[in-house]
Amino acid sequence: MATPPLPPVDAQRAVLLGPEGGDVGAVQSGWRLALREFMSNRLAVVGFGMIVFFVLFCFVGPLIYRTNQIDTNLIIANEAPSGAHLLGTDTNGFDELGRIMVGGQAALEIGFFAAVVAIVIGALWGAVSGLAGGIVDSVMMRVVDVFLSVPFLFVVLILAVKFGASVLSLSLVIGFFAWQVPARLVRGEVLTLRERDFVLAARTAGSTSWRLISRHLLPNALGVVIVNVTFQVADAILAVSYIGFLGFGLHFPNVDWGDQLSAGTEYLQDGYWWLIYPVGACIVLTVMALNFIGDALRDSMDVRLRRR
Amino acid sequence: MITYLARRFVTSVVVLIGVSIFIFVLLHATFPTPARAVLGLQARPSQINAWNKSNGYDDPVIVQYLHYINTLIHGNFGYSYVENQSVVALFQERVARSAYLSGISLVLAVIIALPLGIFQAVKRNSIGDNVATSAAFILYSMPSFFLGLILIQVFALSFPIFSFEASQSNSLWVVIGDWNGMTLPIATLTLIVVASFSRYMRSSTMDVLAQDYIRVARAKGLPERLVLSRHLVRNASLPMVTLIGLSLPALLAGNLITEQVFNFQGLGLLFFDSLEKVDYPVLLAYTLAGAVLVVVGNFVADIALTVADPRIRLA
Repeated sequence: MATPPLPPVDAQRAVLLGPEGGDVGAVQSGWRLALREFMSNRLAVVGFGMIVFFVLFCFVGPLIYRTNQIDTNLIIANEAPSGAHLLGTDTNGFDELGRIMVGGQAALEIGFFAAVVAIVIGALWGAVSGLAGGIVDSVMMRVVDVFLSVPFLFVVLILAVKFGASVLSLSLVIGFFAWQVPARLVRGEVLTLRERDFVLAARTAGSTSWRLISRHLLPNALGVVIVNVTFQVADAILAVSYIGFLGFGLHFPNVDWGDQLSAGTEYLQDGYWWLIYPVGACIVLTVMALNFIGDALRDSMDVRLRRR
Repeated sequence: MITYLARRFVTSVVVLIGVSIFIFVLLHATFPTPARAVLGLQARPSQINAWNKSNGYDDPVIVQYLHYINTLIHGNFGYSYVENQSVVALFQERVARSAYLSGISLVLAVIIALPLGIFQAVKRNSIGDNVATSAAFILYSMPSFFLGLILIQVFALSFPIFSFEASQSNSLWVVIGDWNGMTLPIATLTLIVVASFSRYMRSSTMDVLAQDYIRVARAKGLPERLVLSRHLVRNASLPMVTLIGLSLPALLAGNLITEQVFNFQGLGLLFFDSLEKVDYPVLLAYTLAGAVLVVVGNFVADIALTVADPRIRLA
């Protein structure tokens, strides 16, 4: 690579003094543009509203719609929806609507924590790999390939059986096997970012690799990370529902949506629809809302698609 | 092209070795020694130690790994102490049924998604496109067990056209002939795959539609029908090759859920049963087989793409 002729001293100083300030300013106007783009996407706003609704529904709902989720009451088991129980009762006599709120708390918590775990591991892995380059990069990317090849659901199920299922363990297990895609995305970003002048400037100023990654590379790769977070949450919620449906999710009296749906299927032939379709709709709508947001974020971050 | 394939082959082998280490570590963490299963619950710790020693289960980890690889290469995928049967024998009973379910679903999905995606891109933003896009979006966000349940509710309970249970026959030919039992499982798996395929197909067709050669074909007065059939379809289908290779993990997971919902005696149901019996040798062997299938599938897809796309051959 030919070294370009040195710029005049003033310009050099400007590069040294102002790289972060100048760049952050540019990024912020980019963020504002992206926000405007995001808000102009109707589906994204709908999706965002749905997520806000589900978070309020699951975490604030139980404070307003008070139900007994502690004592089983077999006398009122499997009752159809009525004024006392808006969505009827389940096999144990729990109020189904209240139960969905409780199950939703677990689903949203696991989805969020698993996504955080996956993003943190993936972003660091990708940044280190991209910055290091050479043989380290190849080895780290082959590790990503290995993790991508092993079927996700199978490993997660095996570990859920081995280590038992709680909100924390499921979050860790799912997150620990879902970091490959963010790692690849962040590495791709870092590969282009590390050739930019502000990284050169930071290096010249004596930044350590860690500072380079945490202060310069990751903040500038934030766009792809944010897009990926929403998809990670959606995938994690789906994964939890699969685990719960197969019966290896949270243990009674804790409950998640998949678990609930699985219990309801025993009564499919009896026509107890309130045990199946409301909770199924909750899973689909939550995941769909997150996918809407993710798609819209990706479009709004993608400069090529942005309207001028 | 030869160097490209050779490099790709070496990468695949490296990844396969990585996969074997991964599975071995997992096996070691979950099921370090079958001593308890062999000697019974009454066995004293000293007996277990002695058994481990004489059977090589207290060797250094690296020796145990090489031993594990050696048995794998000789076609021994382990032994299920719960079923008292070798894992290979367990797989052999069921592999044909699972392969049939996945295979026909994949073929149907491609047959449906190819024209659907092209139609959607050509008639962009029409009512048909919007309906198909919405349907794909809903299916894409839907857990496959919920889709299966809805299909059972509609087509087996409300309108009893099909059976809610898959064919229970041991003979593959009976299973293939049993459309009454097999329609719903196949439809479930197919719809899930179509949802993701048609999205890719739509965007890949839109990319091709923006190419210069399409404009040239139209400018020289070629009828739209010929523009589509001669210039568009083949080019737009190329990403499908990669997509089929990449769809294997989703198919395996779909198999697991679909077989559980419809009680179809395939490999997915075996995995589910083994989870309930905590039968780690079977679980790990199936995961390994799945991972190998994924690596091989991606490699084959890459080769197929170089054959189908001359631009890659030249590069």
